[in-house]
Amino acid sequence: MPKDNGIGASSKRREDIRFLTGTGQYTDDINIHGQTHVYFLRSDMAHGRINSIDTSAAAAMPGVVRIFTGDDFQGIGGLPCGWQVTDKHGNPMQEPAHPVLAQGKVRHVGDPIAAVIAESLEQARDAAEAIDVDMTELPAVVDMKAALADGATKVHDDLDSNLCYDWGFVEENKAAVDAAFENAAHVTTLELVNNRLVANPMEPRVAVGDYNRANDESTLYTTSQNPHVIRLLMGAFVLGIPEHKLRVVAPDVGGGFGTKIFHYAEEAFCTFAARQINRPVKWTSSRSEAFMSDAHGRDHVTKIELALDADNNFQAIRTETYANMGAYLSTFAPSVPTWLHGTLMAGNYKTPLIYVNVKAVFTNTVPVDAYRGAGRPEATYQLERLVDKAARELGVDPIALRRQNFITEFPYATPVAVEYDTGDYVATMDKLEEIADLAGFEARRKESEARGKLRGLGVNCYIEACGIAPSNLVGQLGARAGLYDAATVRVNATGSISVMVGAHSHGQGHETAFPQVVADMLGIDENMIEIVHGDSSKIPFGMGTYGSRSLAVCGSAMVRATEKIINKAKKIASHLLEASEADIELKDGQFSVKGTDKSVAWGDVTLAAYVPHNYPLEDIEPGLEETAFYDPSNFTYPSGAYACEVEVDPDTGKVTVERFSAADDFGNIVNPMIVTGQVHGGVGQGIGQALLENCVYDENGQLLSASYMDYAMPRASDVPFYTVDHSCQTPCTHNPLGVKGCGEAGAIGSPPAVVNAVIDALQSGGHTHVTHIDMPVSPQRVWAAMQG
Amino acid sequence: MYNFDFEKPTTIADAVAALSSEDALPLGGGQTLIPTMKQRLASPSKLVSLSGIAEMTGVCQNDDGSLTIGGATTHATVAQQAGAYPALAALAAGIGDPAVRNRGTIGGSVANNDPAACYPSAVLASGATVITNAREIAADDFFQGMFTTALDEGEIITGVRFPVPQAANYQKFEQPASRFAMVGVFVAKYSNGVRVAVTGASEDGVFRWSEAEAALSQNFGPDALGGLSVSETGMISDLHGTSAYRAHLVAVMTKRAVAACC
Repeated sequence: MPKDNGIGASSKRREDIRFLTGTGQYTDDINIHGQTHVYFLRSDMAHGRINSIDTSAAAAMPGVVRIFTGDDFQGIGGLPCGWQVTDKHGNPMQEPAHPVLAQGKVRHVGDPIAAVIAESLEQARDAAEAIDVDMTELPAVVDMKAALADGATKVHDDLDSNLCYDWGFVEENKAAVDAAFENAAHVTTLELVNNRLVANPMEPRVAVGDYNRANDESTLYTTSQNPHVIRLLMGAFVLGIPEHKLRVVAPDVGGGFGTKIFHYAEEAFCTFAARQINRPVKWTSSRSEAFMSDAHGRDHVTKIELALDADNNFQAIRTETYANMGAYLSTFAPSVPTWLHGTLMAGNYKTPLIYVNVKAVFTNTVPVDAYRGAGRPEATYQLERLVDKAARELGVDPIALRRQNFITEFPYATPVAVEYDTGDYVATMDKLEEIADLAGFEARRKESEARGKLRGLGVNCYIEACGIAPSNLVGQLGARAGLYDAATVRVNATGSISVMVGAHSHGQGHETAFPQVVADMLGIDENMIEIVHGDSSKIPFGMGTYGSRSLAVCGSAMVRATEKIINKAKKIASHLLEASEADIELKDGQFSVKGTDKSVAWGDVTLAAYVPHNYPLEDIEPGLEETAFYDPSNFTYPSGAYACEVEVDPDTGKVTVERFSAADDFGNIVNPMIVTGQVHGGVGQGIGQALLENCVYDENGQLLSASYMDYAMPRASDVPFYTVDHSCQTPCTHNPLGVKGCGEAGAIGSPPAVVNAVIDALQSGGHTHVTHIDMPVSPQRVWAAMQG
Repeated sequence: MYNFDFEKPTTIADAVAALSSEDALPLGGGQTLIPTMKQRLASPSKLVSLSGIAEMTGVCQNDDGSLTIGGATTHATVAQQAGAYPALAALAAGIGDPAVRNRGTIGGSVANNDPAACYPSAVLASGATVITNAREIAADDFFQGMFTTALDEGEIITGVRFPVPQAANYQKFEQPASRFAMVGVFVAKYSNGVRVAVTGASEDGVFRWSEAEAALSQNFGPDALGGLSVSETGMISDLHGTSAYRAHLVAVMTKRAVAACC
């Protein structure tokens, strides 16, 4: 019998009522009296020196309030980077300045040169066209390897080169890894590209800056996944506004996928300018601007090698990756190809020796940072493609090769610095074989053949590290922030509850799932509980939502705060019941005295807390409100096994995904329906990366895929009905809920399954020379590969 | 978008008069022009909407069996009402998405002559006649290269007349992002021969594949195409497909269109 309340219930998402009826309150819905509009004049050159900017004609245009250029930001901080990576020689990464508006040079198409504030957006845009910018075009740095060549044009003149860092992990293991390759019975090598992506949340970014002269307080309304992070970064490092005078509000946010984690120039600009002109300043990104100003994702070029012994046991893995940083360091960019990527290179396998080398490179392109999965999809893709290729070279079943090398004992310390607490990779693979009906594949292949189509099966595993992250650990790794989270549980007099959380919901369903946890602990109806998030003036200092962390970290804080509530409520109940506190039990919203029929209801206790006429005032304070901060002791390690079946049209090269099955282990699950939805969305984005999406620059640094005319987003017709199972559950051992996180798994686990399936289809169809096709596996690429 | 004047006449004569002012542009369904204006890449002084002209909308079958479609008829209407020419109705039903099909018009599409648009292939393969406020233009004379037509400035497509073939089919291979035709082939079989028109592929816009027409006029079946291929020279090459790939797709889609007719 499925539950209808609390943990384990597939409660319908209560927030969807407002989203689906057009009553959500997004940042663009916020309009403040006296509001002005800003239009950013952006560079159409990838790389250029600014000789002069003449704004005099523009300033005289109708409706123009004020025009800002980089000169107005002299002495004001640039956008900070939140993570410092140390290179393989022990030196800090090269960290260029990142001005709010370009100073001296533009470094990518879309780099803001000037900002025009006017009474209307159209007036601002008209005036921007009248700004006379004299620029000298410089050679664009686009290709990463060329960027590192001697004598290459430098993106940042004041840096030594275009190399941000050359990272070796674990550098001390390198000699042993090299030796293992010398002695290997078989070595499989794969060179691949992890394609650059644009996140494309449905809601573009928006920022509204407001300044209240009466109390000298600034407010920023913004499309952010983490308002407190923005308050800290912008207040402390860019604008010098103390926290108590700066409020950051992220209301309903229409999807983030990572790209709304970061602190952007437009946020700092609107906050700064509102104070300068003493009027609200609003910016709403157009879709075209989003393509050239939202942080992009992925963009790795990798060579990976696997050494096996004569019995096909994995002996060592060695990788060399070039990771594109773009023109500036976005907030968490340096961490993505390193600590979110190298640490996952063991995957699900007991490979004793691993060495990961990553060269992060500056280019004249939009900054690259975390996108759903962030580093872990890149790790999973290369490893699972490599294992598949190895199986083909060795003539063994790819599933059997994986099973043979699975980690089976936990906890397991990998050679790449992390310790998996739990997992059962055999169980998820067994479950996958069942739900994907792998036994029936050959019959389906024959049926496809009869229709002239090549059918292929791709299977892979994944593991990810999420529930980000233990602060003391990430601090050692270069993070400039802690990664705990916080929750305040405020019980009202009549028993209803507001929970103020540091996590931010931008599609994840926190407003539904979080109350289920508290309701379960208290034994009350989850509809008595409401989640408050997104406003730094209302919520405790939490770090926001990304890295599949919300339930594992913020949810754990909420559990700790609720435990404090229960402890205090029991004290009150023991007073009301004139019984010993040790004898008080809480069940189904009733406090009772063990072994008696004496009880008081939840509402009696909460009322007593706020109307303390009969109350132990000498022992405890009135009121019932508790806050807890939670800092995890380890990452969580969701894992799973995915299977994809594709058909390839041999005449055109077009790939269609016919079946997709996902067997995940997310540990304990609060709302199975929401988890299923998260997997669906992640797999959809993974299929998008594998088959369709590609952000492409030409050799001059011009963005070719700058709109939906050329950037192919997945649509409903591009994906099949998914078969999703999360019944394999090895609960996380170190958080109170035993949860692992599910937000990124689909995007991490699915790309290699799709590509493995395409290669299988082509090989089984006689195109045995095709061992790899880079993503997106477009019709053109498949056809070209078939031609040889 | 820059400021512009807007007129919505109810007769062709009024529309022609309104278009006589400098930098005035006719507005069909606006599926190309409006986005272009929003990007500030077009700045007409005046837009003259053609959607209020009753005599330019609708589908009617003529006494000789041919079908005349008003220039301001939306794709959705053609999809619903051109049942006498099923391949044409099917083509219209496959353009863009429902929003596009309920705004975009045949006259707008044909006048724009986007090299990846669907309609030009049907007009050319059908040997249709483009009817304007001033004259009638044979399809073979109308399309003059990418975004270029025989239309004079201020000339309005009031209708297109299609002879209905014995058999016809349109096969579109979609560009993955825009879902426009990367290659679209329209095959139409008439009593006096077969016509094959290709859209999406060529740098010169829609074109007739005469070798395929000759072969199919001799023997109308997919086997007749044998190893026929078009040269990749002059084919579009972009992010989504090389010229060689497009040339290959022309042969594949033609074969499929013929097979669908048989």
